[in-house]
Amino acid sequence: MSDPHPPYLHPPYQSTPLRAPSRPLIVPAYGPDAVELSSPVFGHSELGTFDNDLTRQHRGEPLGERIIVTGRVLDSSGRPVPNTLVEVWQANASGRYIHARDQHPAPLDPNFTGAGRCLTDADGRYRFVTIKPGAYPWRNHHNAWRPAHIHFSVFGTAFTQRLVTQMYFPGDPLFAYDPIFGSIADEKVKERLISRLDMDTTVPEWALGYQWDIVLGAIPAEDS
Amino acid sequence: MNETTPSQTVGPFFGYALPYGDGPRVVPEWHPDAIRIHGGVFDGAGEPLPDALLEIWQAGPDGEVPRAVGALTRDGHDFAGFGRCGTDAAGHYWFSTLKPGGPTPYLALLVFARGLLKPVITRIYFPDEPGNAGDPVLSGVPPERRDTLVAVREHDRSYRFDVRLQGEQETVFFAV
Ligand SMILES: [Fe+3]
Repeated sequence: MSDPHPPYLHPPYQSTPLRAPSRPLIVPAYGPDAVELSSPVFGHSELGTFDNDLTRQHRGEPLGERIIVTGRVLDSSGRPVPNTLVEVWQANASGRYIHARDQHPAPLDPNFTGAGRCLTDADGRYRFVTIKPGAYPWRNHHNAWRPAHIHFSVFGTAFTQRLVTQMYFPGDPLFAYDPIFGSIADEKVKERLISRLDMDTTVPEWALGYQWDIVLGAIPAEDS
Repeated sequence: MNETTPSQTVGPFFGYALPYGDGPRVVPEWHPDAIRIHGGVFDGAGEPLPDALLEIWQAGPDGEVPRAVGALTRDGHDFAGFGRCGTDAAGHYWFSTLKPGGPTPYLALLVFARGLLKPVITRIYFPDEPGNAGDPVLSGVPPERRDTLVAVREHDRSYRFDVRLQGEQETVFFAV
C-alpha cells in the first residue's frame, strides 16, 4: 500500500520549505521496539464532563450551526480501537480561533472555546457535539482561505502511528484553493479527510450529523 | 481493505487545546529521581519555532512499558510515561521525567508544528551509556549523524536535546 501521508516538503504551503527535513528518513533495520509499538493509556477519570460537548462548556449556547461529529477509530485491519484518546480543536462559526495569535478580524464567541476530547468506546466510536466551524483567511498567499475543518489528534495503538489530521466537510468550494488539503496528491486519498452528512446521525430539529471514520496506519510486525 | 487516514499539519492554533498544565511534568520536579530534558526546536534558517508541540513516550525506570493512567491528570504516584510540551516564544521546551531503564535508555519523541504536514519521529538517547555502542538503531545511523540523537549532559540531573528540522546539523528522523 502506498504512503497516504503528504510529503514534508510542499512549497505551495509556505511554512514547509524551512521546516521540512531535507535528509532521507532512516528506517531502523529491525523496526520499532516495544515502547514505540505501544501507546499511553488514558482513563475516563482524566476527562471532564463536557469535554465532548463543545456547546456546553460555557454559560450560554455558542452561535452557529450545531452539529454532531462522530465516527470510529479503526486499525489498519478494520478492528475498532477502543479507549483511545481523541482530541479536537477548531475555529468558531465565524472562522475565528480563540488562540491569541489568530488575528482574523472576526468575532470571538464568549460561549465557545473550540476544544474537546473524548475516549473511544468499546466499538472505537468517538462523538462530539459542536458548532460548524467557519472558513478563515490566512497569510500563506494572496487571498488564501482555509476550507472549514476540525483538527483531530488521535493516539491509537502505537506511538509511531499517532495521527494529527483535519476533518473537512462535504462539497466545500475552497478545496481546490487550499495547499494544506492539496498537499495530498491523490484525489481518492483526499476524500478520506472529508466527512459525510448522515441523516441517521442527525437529530431532528436539533443538529445535523456528520460521520467520519479514522483509519490508523499499519504497525510493522515486531519480528519483521 | 481499510484506507489509512492521511496526516495534516497541527497548524498554528493548537496552543489553547493540546498543551495542558502538567503535560511536561511526567514526574514532578521535586521527585527525588527527576531528570530534566530541555532544548530548542529550530528550522532550516536556525530560527527557533515558537509553535511546535513535542511529545515523549518512554519506558519506566524498570525498563517496562508503562500501563498506568494519569498522563492528563498526574496523580504524582503512578508513572504514565507520556509527556507533552508546546515550545514557548523562544522555541524552548522542557520535560521533567524519570530516566528509563533497560540496556539502552531512550525517549521516543514526536514533534508536530505548523509547516510539518506530518510529525517527525526521533529518539533521545543519553550520553555515556555503554549500551549506546551496540544499540541497533543508533548503529544504523551514519556515524557523523549519531550525535544528533544523544542529549548533552549539563549537570547531573539536566540534559539538553535540540531538534534541528533541517540543515547541516539536522536531527536524524526515523521512518517507522
Ligand atoms: Fe485550522
